[in-house]
Amino acid sequence: MKQLWIKTLERIGRKPTRIEATSSVMAIICGLLFGLALMIVVNPAQAFPGFFTVITGPFQEGMRSLGNMLYFGVPIILTGLSVAFAFRTGLFNIGATGQLTMGALTAVYIGVNWGFLGPFHWVVAVLGAMIAGALWGAIPGLLKAFRNVHEVVTSIMLNYVAMYFNTMIILNFLYDTQASRTAHPLPSARLPVLFLQNVFPGSRANIGIFIAVLFVAIIHIVLKKTTFGYELKATGFSRDASRYAGMNEKRNIVLAMIIAGGISGVAGAMMYLIPGRHLPYETILITEGFTGIAIALLGLSAPIGVLLAGLFYGALHQGGTYLQLYDFRPEIIDIIIAVIIYFSALSLFLQKIVRTFINKRTKASMGLSEEVEAR
Amino acid sequence: MNEFAGFMYYVMPIIIMNMAPLAIVALGGLYTEKSGVINIALEGIMIMGAFTAVYASIVLTGWFAGMPIQAVVLLGLLIGALLGVLFSLAHAFASIHMKSNQIISATALNLFAVAFTVFMARTMYGVRRLPFTETIMIREVPLFANIPVLGPLFFTNAYLSTYIIIVIFAVSMVILYKTRLGLRLRSCGENPQAAESLGVNVYKIRYVGVLASGALAGMGGAAYAFTFQRQFGGEVFGFGFLALAVMISGQWKPMRILLVALFFSIMRLIATQSDSLPGLDQLNLPSQLYRMLPYIATIVVLAFTSKRSQAPRAAGEPYESGKR
Repeated sequence: MKQLWIKTLERIGRKPTRIEATSSVMAIICGLLFGLALMIVVNPAQAFPGFFTVITGPFQEGMRSLGNMLYFGVPIILTGLSVAFAFRTGLFNIGATGQLTMGALTAVYIGVNWGFLGPFHWVVAVLGAMIAGALWGAIPGLLKAFRNVHEVVTSIMLNYVAMYFNTMIILNFLYDTQASRTAHPLPSARLPVLFLQNVFPGSRANIGIFIAVLFVAIIHIVLKKTTFGYELKATGFSRDASRYAGMNEKRNIVLAMIIAGGISGVAGAMMYLIPGRHLPYETILITEGFTGIAIALLGLSAPIGVLLAGLFYGALHQGGTYLQLYDFRPEIIDIIIAVIIYFSALSLFLQKIVRTFINKRTKASMGLSEEVEAR
Repeated sequence: MNEFAGFMYYVMPIIIMNMAPLAIVALGGLYTEKSGVINIALEGIMIMGAFTAVYASIVLTGWFAGMPIQAVVLLGLLIGALLGVLFSLAHAFASIHMKSNQIISATALNLFAVAFTVFMARTMYGVRRLPFTETIMIREVPLFANIPVLGPLFFTNAYLSTYIIIVIFAVSMVILYKTRLGLRLRSCGENPQAAESLGVNVYKIRYVGVLASGALAGMGGAAYAFTFQRQFGGEVFGFGFLALAVMISGQWKPMRILLVALFFSIMRLIATQSDSLPGLDQLNLPSQLYRMLPYIATIVVLAFTSKRSQAPRAAGEPYESGKR
């Protein structure tokens, strides 16, 4: 038993990515513990049963809650992928929220008005969302590449512009006065449920999860196997060096933001081309874009990692839906996510802890671990 | 002429009450960047400051029924500043001692602030928004309001918080540019290695910079809530980010920051008063169009001012003692 433990530690210590992944897990644990502590402070009697329900959320109601975990995970996987992709090019896409809003608005607009498209209706709505998000993402990209404006500030400003634009368009063109809310997309624009209704009966799982996985696969291949992906990563490591190597670093920055924006736009379509969900017309920022930042960090900015982290979020969110039963407010999930981001910012420190821990326990592999530390 | 005077008497107080919190939060941003740490958590710190100030004002008026409202405001500002310091400590620790990515740790603080304030409001009061209905506005400042022209321009329909903030802005500027501490602070943002070689404790000074920004942003948040809102719902609508943009377009120089803050205050005046400003009220454009204006203006201004950045050279770089 003890030997197995040391062997596992050795295996983790051998590769930097494994150490990083361990620090991600530690960040998650720290966030969860903070959430538990807050629950104990607010309502000690219900804290432990409530917390247990949150972490076992996807298994509370069998296949139904598992299906809902997939459903909640979809937009987060996509926004996380969007942020992670931009990260690889050295850009911080804090504007995923605005891109998502523009995508959602476009998808709902097409979904309400373009019924003549028949069976292609939902496909066109999703493509429209992708284009809208891409255009919205292009703005900070262009400003960064050609005017040296920091993309963080521009994309935050664009989040608010998108928020007001969304309200303006809905109130003037998409408002259902009888129900006093945003008009609902036609049935032909809804995302197909496919066979998932049989696998996860009663859940809200739909084709979205396959679309999300498809995007993860495409981005994985682009980053790992193509020259374009290599150039993007090179630009991310050093703008000057990539220019010196003859790459068009300005074009790469703009393209990276267009792709990131497009992915966030699709996330918007996945959220609102669904029966019973209405795009809010109030002036509020849609939080899924910000959550994507956490997911990108936890997933170490790698597509596969984002997929796993996004599913973790889906599980947490599904667990959060039961919180009302224990008299807790569901915002506790957002607090946990924020604390997880904070601890993933401390990842350098956490990695150091992991390394020292491993070094201490596996004296035999000292040489190897030191080599890892030197990198 | 009379009509013009009336117009000015109407808009000037609004411009000033926008400008004061904007300038003080931008100055907070200046403090932290001058010391070498980027802090985009100003928004979150404002939210936390605003929340505690509003909460404190509700509690205080409950405890001491006869307490004058202006005293409550004064205490609220102080408590907001105090909480700003505490909250920014998390960012300071991460970015100075832990050498973290400063954008990420600040983003965490921003998200935490929104979630935490809404969570607390719902847990304590069962509502998303804390209501506070007391009238805080001062109709006329005694004595000063009677001065011709200046009286109606600057001393009517004002808020105590605005005046306090103007005083603190002046004091902070003197500290940053005329004292030994200010010089040390600025040296840590430009060339921390040189500063340390002359015996300055870079870590300590950077803590001072970040915590000062926390105090100023927390107080700015409190002033924002007292001035613009009747109920607080965990949002300052990007005001902290606007302040950040004010600092960047002001090229990290206080006088320019004031000028840019004035420009943005006029934008916010148009955004918030579009239905009562002469001329605009007849255009019949959707109000959301005006609401977008400050944010679009920010992007345009940044596009023209960012090409040659005057940012402190070491801003955003974690400092390691002994590294060259």
